[in-house]
Amino acid sequence: MAMTLRPAEESAARELLRENFILTSLDAVLGWARSNSLWPLTSGLACCAIEMMCAAAGRFDLARFGYEVFRPSPRQADLLITAGTLTWKMAPVLKRLYEQMPEPKWVIAMGSCASTGGPFADSYSVVPGVDYVIPVDVYVPGCPPRPEALIDGILQLKAKIAKPQLTREVIRYGR
Amino acid sequence: MAVNIEPVLVRYLIGLFPRLMATDRAGDGLTVVTAPADEVYAVLRALRDDEPFFMDTLGDLTAVDYPDRLDVVYHLYSSACGHKLAVKTSVAKGAAALPSVTGLWPAAGFAEREAYDLLGVTFTGHPNLTRILLPEGFEGHPLRKDYRLPPRPATR
Repeated sequence: MAMTLRPAEESAARELLRENFILTSLDAVLGWARSNSLWPLTSGLACCAIEMMCAAAGRFDLARFGYEVFRPSPRQADLLITAGTLTWKMAPVLKRLYEQMPEPKWVIAMGSCASTGGPFADSYSVVPGVDYVIPVDVYVPGCPPRPEALIDGILQLKAKIAKPQLTREVIRYGR
Repeated sequence: MAVNIEPVLVRYLIGLFPRLMATDRAGDGLTVVTAPADEVYAVLRALRDDEPFFMDTLGDLTAVDYPDRLDVVYHLYSSACGHKLAVKTSVAKGAAALPSVTGLWPAAGFAEREAYDLLGVTFTGHPNLTRILLPEGFEGHPLRKDYRLPPRPATR
């Protein structure tokens, strides 16, 4: 049964709607939910892991974003922060960890070793960047990156998850 | 902190094995005894088992790559007497084989695997002489001076 409202009633109805209903798309809701509840996996490989621990500790607090629940099992995690140098011996293990994580999942390459091999890029035993074995969403440079830099990278990932079309725009430094 | 072994004990050791040579390393004065490769196992066994030495601890086992030879170095400590000694031996690069000392000191197990993995020294009698730091299937011994670094793999 169609209802037709008089103009005065219509604006009152709109007001009620705006105050009591949130209209959105499923994408936006899922993006909001996933970006606000990232569960990282403890995959510290080398020195960057110390800075990752600092980022999770009291002074630089990851808990204020909701990301302090580092999971020991990949089955329960959705964010893989590769903190440290990846060696050829460890590469299949990291790939297995990534494959064990359920979708949707994201990867942050933390530090210069994880991004490009860092100071050890030409070594016989170091993989020149974890993107040799797993796809990476955010690269955080630094040796090691300060905890604030890691948090900035995580927040950029949060923006990417909430609004994936952001990655099609160029994100300029200091935007 | 272990002290350097008494010179009288070093002279006694050389008396037991006349082909040895002993020098004091510059810097900290650590006594380094150089043994021929065919005698080094007997020397090490004597240092562990015989009376005045009591070298019950193997501190480290490494190898050194020189242009004409490979030196294998054993650092020994005595927890009973508190003294230390280093034993060196030389092997040819093409035929770098020595008897394993894991029977004397179990700590040699991993150290010999590392020397094999990175420098290519074979230890006969080792219970599990396989690569320890590098992945299986890795070709070459990277810490040798003549190891050529492969070109960096092209980006995926």
